Amino acid sequence: MKFNKLATVALVTLAVSVPVAAELVFPSLSYRTGPYAAGGTPVADGYADYFTLLNQRDGGIQGILTSVPECETGYNTAKGVECYEATKGDGALVYQPLSTGITYQLIPKATADDIPILTTGYGRTSVANGAIFSHVFNFPANYWTGASRIINHLLAENGGSLKGKVITLLHHNSGYGKEPIATLNVLAEKHGFELIISPVDHPGQEQKSQWLQIRRDRPDYVLMWGWGVMNQVALKEAANIRFPMENFIGIWWSGTDNDVLEGMGSHGYKAATFHAVGNDFPVYDDIEKYVVKRGLAAGDGSNVGSVLYNRGLYAAMLAAESARTAQTLHKTANITSGMMRDGMEALVIDEAVMARVGMPGFGPSFSVSCENHGGPGMAAIQQWDGEARQWKLIDGFEAPDMDVIAPLIKADSEAYAAENNITPRDC
Amino acid sequence: MFYRESGDFKKTYQTDSQTFPIKFDRWRYYFVMLVAFIVIPMFLTDYSANAVMIPFLVWAIAALGLNILVGYCGQLSLGTGGFMAVGAYATYKLMTSFPGMDMVSVILLSGLITAVVGTLFGLPSLRIKGFYLAVATLAAQFFLVWLLNKVPWFYNYSASGQISAPQREMFGVIITGPYATPVAAYLFCLVFAVGLAWMTRNLTRGRMGRSWMAIRDMDIAAEIIGVNPLAAKLSAFAVSSFLIGISGALLFSVYLGAAEVTEAFSINVSFAVLFMVIIGGLGSIFGSFVGAGFMVLMPVLLKNVLVGGLGWPTDLAAHFEFIIVGGLILIFLILEPHGLAQMARVLKEKLRLWPFPH
Repeated sequence: MKFNKLATVALVTLAVSVPVAAELVFPSLSYRTGPYAAGGTPVADGYADYFTLLNQRDGGIQGILTSVPECETGYNTAKGVECYEATKGDGALVYQPLSTGITYQLIPKATADDIPILTTGYGRTSVANGAIFSHVFNFPANYWTGASRIINHLLAENGGSLKGKVITLLHHNSGYGKEPIATLNVLAEKHGFELIISPVDHPGQEQKSQWLQIRRDRPDYVLMWGWGVMNQVALKEAANIRFPMENFIGIWWSGTDNDVLEGMGSHGYKAATFHAVGNDFPVYDDIEKYVVKRGLAAGDGSNVGSVLYNRGLYAAMLAAESARTAQTLHKTANITSGMMRDGMEALVIDEAVMARVGMPGFGPSFSVSCENHGGPGMAAIQQWDGEARQWKLIDGFEAPDMDVIAPLIKADSEAYAAENNITPRDC
Repeated sequence: MFYRESGDFKKTYQTDSQTFPIKFDRWRYYFVMLVAFIVIPMFLTDYSANAVMIPFLVWAIAALGLNILVGYCGQLSLGTGGFMAVGAYATYKLMTSFPGMDMVSVILLSGLITAVVGTLFGLPSLRIKGFYLAVATLAAQFFLVWLLNKVPWFYNYSASGQISAPQREMFGVIITGPYATPVAAYLFCLVFAVGLAWMTRNLTRGRMGRSWMAIRDMDIAAEIIGVNPLAAKLSAFAVSSFLIGISGALLFSVYLGAAEVTEAFSINVSFAVLFMVIIGGLGSIFGSFVGAGFMVLMPVLLKNVLVGGLGWPTDLAAHFEFIIVGGLILIFLILEPHGLAQMARVLKEKLRLWPFPH
């Protein structure tokens, strides 16, 4: 036991001896190892590259350099907590853990430490209720708006009615995959379709029985909430049973370049997305010039331009713009995490901002407010073109059915507030 | 030099049969207690508490629990993760259903609930042995995780199936939830760890522990000399699950604060705890603590050295962690198959004779 104590002392001294500099710190809780590394690596690269670009091109955000200390979580919640504790002391402004499980751990901790969390397109959906979740943001879209957006797309395809249709939800059997069930249940009741729930256990390699079931049920549509290898396996299984790909729709985490198959196997597969795809944006010229050419690209630089890289880029842009808003709001360039939170709450993303950062049309216009931390939930539908080997937007950015989602958000967030004795803020 | 045993005579039976009969050991034990209860709390930071000390204590309790079953009673179990999940979910249900209940009762009750579940899953051990029992307990692991994930009542019908621990206080000090100070959370876990280690030590020295060890060494012989295998095996399952349940309860309520059953209590947890027991030393209380320390502290230490100290990329460091920890496990097991506790035992015997080895 004594040896442990010695090790502890050594650890404590290591943990304390981290230098503090006047920088804007955006920790990246990434996962470049483990079963979901294929998804975590491009996002982490995009996140890091955007801040490198800001440092190289603009000298940081309004004259203050940024830094992105990385900490490897392996998509593991215990390691996520360790990473949070290890990095929060360095002046961390905002956390983006890229894992619904880690987000759940950090929501109470970060709120207590006055550090905001931004979960773009993942995490706990009901944090959109800013009156209860003061420090957590999930703009511009979340799982429930995504689910509703997909159903809206199907409604439009079917002339406004899904009566009598059968829809299977194939989901990762975790907090992440379970999130849309409540919304889809309500939507099923409203639009009169039958919902079949089909969970797939971590990591998702084993899906034979689920697809056997799909073969038997013959659903009109299959929706997928998958991540990592689960997506590729599902697409392969769908191709094997000749399931019509255009009736197979994934959430944004199931619509990446890694997921679709070689050849024409997944031609026609659709996925929701809350940002544009491809690299046809001015920001990419700058990344090429200031980051890639100078040999500063994160990772091995091979992910530039992929769907998930775009997502990391977009998440970084939202964080950077929030910091800029906070700097203006508090009239100081050297902001703290509390000021950052105010900046996120006052964030306005419109076409002018998107054009300024070199991403015109990359994502929807929206604004955040005290009571609404989730934005409007605009999302688009993209489709995989197996011939051209690229994703194409087939249905533009549209708002979801907030009549269904708003009461669900209210109910879930109020249940959280009651469990944890939180008095909602006045907004 | 270290052990000066001459003149250390025992005049009563009580002093002769105490836990640490050698004076030096006793003082060392008091010293460790002093460090654990007084010195460490003075230096605790958020990081050293939440990333190092609290996980160490929580996993040490789990290892202690599994050590009773595997090390003392010889029943191989792979259901640790499932039993920890039962403890965690019992805590969650108790905390949310009875907000007024104090945390010690919540944790102890969760342990008792897990003990009942563990005893149920221990029933097959009367018929099946060895690897076959391992498979039966593996079924417990998968069944319990599946059940807790499947039935929404266990997670109060929350949208994602995640459970999160509300804030609770004891004597006016917050011990769970985000506002808990590291010292309070650490001391809360420490009291449980020390109390349970003390209980286990005394159980294993008594009639119950001796019957476990008799079953472990040769069950037929034990039966012939009058040990009831039903009582011995089931009591081992019950006590072991009690400890593992408490560890799961602390893991959820004090350490992580939120948990998801498929992730926090997966089969990996069962293996990790089994490794702790094997590396630390089967049938040793001290071994449970060192084993947990090795498995919990080594990756954190390596991470801090490789990333913080040497500035390696995080993914490379994470892969090297696996290689180094895995390599060390192999080296330890080759050099000392009976675990780190046996190394300590050998060292102690050497020190007792030192500097005159004859």
